[in-house]
This record gives sequence, C-alpha cells and structure tokens, in this order.
Amino acid sequence: MKSALMRDLLNYKTMLFMLIPSLFFVILFQYLPMFGLILAFKEYTYGKGILGSAWNGLENFKFFFISGDAWRVTRNTVLYNVAFIAINLVLQVSIAIMLSELRSKWFKKISQSLLFLPYFISWVVVGTIVYNLLNFEHGTINTLLRSLGFEPFNFYSDKGVWPYFLVFFSAWKAVGYGAVFYLAAIMSIDSEMFEAAETDGANIFQRIWHITIPSLKPTMIVLTLLSVGHIFRGDFGLFYNLIGNNGLLFGTTDVIDTFVYRSLVENNEIGMSAAIGFYQSILCFATILLVNGIVRRADKDSALF
Amino acid sequence: MNSATDTRVAAAGISRPSAPKIRADQWIMNAISYVWVTFVALLCILPFLLILSGSFTSERAILMEGFKLIPAEVSLEAYRFVFKFPEQILRAYGVTVSLTVLGTALSLFVIAMCSYVLQRPDFKWRNGFSFFFYFTTLFSGGLVPLYILVVNYLKLKDTYWVLLLLPLVNVFYILVMKSFMRSIPAAITESAKIDGAGDFTIFMRLILPLAKPALATIGLFVALGYWNDWFNSLLFISDQRLYELQYYLYKVLGNVEGLKIVAEKSGRPVPDMPGEGLKMALTIVVTGPIIFLYPFIQRYFVKGLTIGAVKG
Repeated sequence: MKSALMRDLLNYKTMLFMLIPSLFFVILFQYLPMFGLILAFKEYTYGKGILGSAWNGLENFKFFFISGDAWRVTRNTVLYNVAFIAINLVLQVSIAIMLSELRSKWFKKISQSLLFLPYFISWVVVGTIVYNLLNFEHGTINTLLRSLGFEPFNFYSDKGVWPYFLVFFSAWKAVGYGAVFYLAAIMSIDSEMFEAAETDGANIFQRIWHITIPSLKPTMIVLTLLSVGHIFRGDFGLFYNLIGNNGLLFGTTDVIDTFVYRSLVENNEIGMSAAIGFYQSILCFATILLVNGIVRRADKDSALF
Repeated sequence: MNSATDTRVAAAGISRPSAPKIRADQWIMNAISYVWVTFVALLCILPFLLILSGSFTSERAILMEGFKLIPAEVSLEAYRFVFKFPEQILRAYGVTVSLTVLGTALSLFVIAMCSYVLQRPDFKWRNGFSFFFYFTTLFSGGLVPLYILVVNYLKLKDTYWVLLLLPLVNVFYILVMKSFMRSIPAAITESAKIDGAGDFTIFMRLILPLAKPALATIGLFVALGYWNDWFNSLLFISDQRLYELQYYLYKVLGNVEGLKIVAEKSGRPVPDMPGEGLKMALTIVVTGPIIFLYPFIQRYFVKGLTIGAVKG
C-alpha cells in the first residue's frame, strides 16, 4: 500500500508542484478564513489571537438577534435578491430574444455594445452616476424637476424610493452581460425547428413561445440557481456605493454585507460581525445544498453537482 | 425615429386583414424589439453622457443650474484642475496599471497551470483536488476572518501585496479554464510524454500556446477585476500612495475628505475648487481607458462567457 502511494507521489511529482501556487492561495485566503469562523464564538482580543481568545458561547449572536437587526438585514437581503433575480431574468431573456429576432446587423451590433457598457465599469463609477442623477442641489433629475416648475425632491432622505433605484441599477449593470448567455443559447437552437414551425404556419410569437423559450429553460435554470445560491449575500459594491453611510436610508437598504462591514470596520465589533458572518455563511451553504437537492430530484442534468 | 416608423407600419399591418399573416406578426415583433432594445440601450449610455456633460460644464453653471445633458456653459476648468496637480492621479494610475499587468500575468499562469493538471485524465487525484477547489464556491468564511487574517496575522495592511495577491486565484476561472483545457486533445500530452517531455515542459511549450483563446478571455476578466477593484483598498489601504484609481475616485466622491487630498496637493482651499465638475472629470479620467478599449475587447468577453458550462 505504502509503496503504491510513494510511487504515485513520484509519478505525479511535477503535477503536484504545478498545483502548489493555487493550492497555497486557496488555503490561505479561503480555507484559513473558514476555520476563522470560530471567532463567532469567541471574545476576540488582539493580543491573544484567534486561538488564544476565550470562548463566550452565543454571546456574540445575542445583540444582533435581540435588537431586531438580524431580521431587518436578512429580510432586506433576501427581498432585494428575489427582486434582482426575477427582474434580471425577465429583462435579460426578453432582450436576448429581441436581439436574436432583429435583422439589421449594425443595429444589433451597436445596441449590444451599448447594453454591455455598464458591465465594464466599477461600482464606484455607478456611485458617481447616481450622485449626478439624484443629488439634491444639482442632480440631473432635480434640475429637470425645477425646470418643469416642480419642487426638487430630496432622494437622500427618503428611504422609500431607494429599493427602486437599487433594483434599477442592478438590472442596468447586468442586462448586457446576462443577455449574452441567453443569446448564445438561442444561437445554438437548430434552425430547422424554426423553419418547420414556419411551414406549419406558426406565427413569430408562437415560435418564440413554443421553441425559443423552452430551449432557453436549461440556461435560465442554471443561472437562476447560481443566483438563488447567493440569496443571503448582498451585493456590497452596489449597496455601499449607492447608499454609503447614510443612516437615514438603512431601514430599507441595509443588507447583511453592509451591516457586517460597518460593525467590523467602523464599530470594531469583531465578535458580533464574525457571528453575523457565520450566520450568513451557514445560511448560504444550506440554501445551495437545498436548492441543488430539489433540482437533482426534479431534473438530474440541471443540478450543479 | 426608425422605431416610430416601424410602429406605424406595424399598426397598418394589423388593420389590413388582407396582408399575409406572417408578415404582420413579423412587423409587430420588429416594432416591439426595435423600440424596447433602443430604449434600454439608451438608458445604458445616457448616464455616461450626463457625466461627460457635467465634466465639461463650468462650476458656476453647475452650482447655479445643476447637471444637464447639454452643458449650460462649456468649460475645461475641471480637467485643467485635474491635470494641473496630477501627482495623486498619476500615482493611482501607476498603482492600478501595474497591478493590472502584473496581477493578470501571474493569475493566468497560476490558474492555467492548475487547470491543466486538474483535467489530466492520467492524474488519479484530479477529482479530489477539483473538489477541494470547488468547495470554496459553496462555502466561504466571509469577510471578518479574512480581515483579521490579513491585518493581524499576515500584517499585509497598507501593502501593495494585499492588492496583488487577494484577487489572484479565482476558483470560477479555474473551472472555466479546466473545461476549455478538456477540449485540447489528450493525445498531444500523451505523445509528448512518449517523446520524454516532462509535465511542466508540456504545459509551457504545448498547452499554453493552444490555450491562447481561453487565456485571452479569462485574462480580460482578471484584468477588469484588477482595474475596477476598490473593495480591497477600502478594507486594507489607508496610505494615500497606495490608492487604486477607483478608490481614489471613491474618496473624492466622498466629498470633504477626498477633496481635502486634492486641496493639499494643489495648495488651494476646498471652497475654491471646481468640486462638482472635478468629480465628473475624474470619473471620465478613471473610466476613460475602459470605455475606449471595450468595443475592441467586448467580443472576447462574449466568447469567454460562452466557452462552456461551468460545472464542477
């Protein structure tokens, strides 16, 4: 037995060496932090380190759950993600189908380029865009309102309007990128199917409904599953650059990730933020297993693993 | 304009029952498609035009009348200001450009090497190792332990290293690269082995050149990630000399504190600066290279996205 292992090790020597750099970084930046999650059950002091700090049971979780913050940020995170998933799906699929039906090559090319543009910029730049649009004193929308004789509206003190803006900019940034997947799936549909449908007298809408959309189903399922697996993770870049530290808006805009960030960096509550992170990691993991299990039962080929 | 005509044509199509059925529905679909795609595409570009317009508007006009699609008073003062004291912006450019070049090269090399081994059919432990990598996409320790690790244990706060190394190995790219490498015939490796070539030599001399399309697309994703990174700066960088471009913009956008940085460098007090125009001009300066490059690299992205299903 032992000699077989030695022989394998010798055999694979070079290949194992080739794995070392990636293994090193994955262990360092992914696996070590996983073990660091025990911080959630410790009273961390810098001097004693993670292992040396004293255990304190569920103390770190207490405030988060009793204060109602847990419910607020979890609800926000999930609701936003549900909205993002639904709207992105409908928008991306519809845009992809329309692009595929268009005959004009140059129109297709230009519009696809424009749709893809937002994907290439950072969330900080999206922050500038939102500032340009919504700023109270000189934002474009308020400038427009004033010029039409309306009162300017202070977006940054009204938490009710932000869910719409967040959903809008999430869709805005992802539309061209997401449509690419669906467009590729449409291109791979056998064109004979369309021709046969046409000969049988199907109109364009029947063709889309009975051929294109069913052919897109596997892609839709896989992409949706990937997003559902992250339903407990807020998109930090989006929320932090649009909302920042504006406490007036936290009621409707605070998600788990922004809450953890603030607890950690601004309030330096390491124990509590680790506890919330632990709670989030477990929820995410459980969701992925659950979703994958359900899909596996329904349709084995669509399951992720 | 085009779409408006289409709508009318389509409407005419419905009202004329004698017109052939296929053509009417074709028209309706075309009309809907042109209108909706044009609308969404305009929404995608409009914000950039607003920023561009803002950057060319005089500060006085912005303060008096606000941001507009067409500048009320064209002026170059914001750009003049940005380039008059270019020290900080050039430094941030230096940090970001060097990170992008170095990081992308290193990342591609490490990822490709790993992906090649993980798909070698004669490597008995490939499934075990693959799962070891794949697992990190299912479960993660999250922000807090990583932060403590980097700051208190590795002591990488305020170093160039943290910006370079944290994004280096992305497991998703390993999975994509692996499925691409699978499409390279295994016979190439086998015959080279018979000729006595070592695994690393085979990888460097034969596999890397064949993997060029995948390297190009994944390289673009990695490069974009480095170029647009601001999060690692936010967490780990407080030294101004190490600001990444996007983070510098973030700071200036955050008003008081950021403008103070510019003020210190320029020797002018904050109220005298074209603050609003400056934010817009800086956004253009920071985003410029991407906007100019993306029409050319876009098709590689599209290719990369469709390279193969990402499955474990």
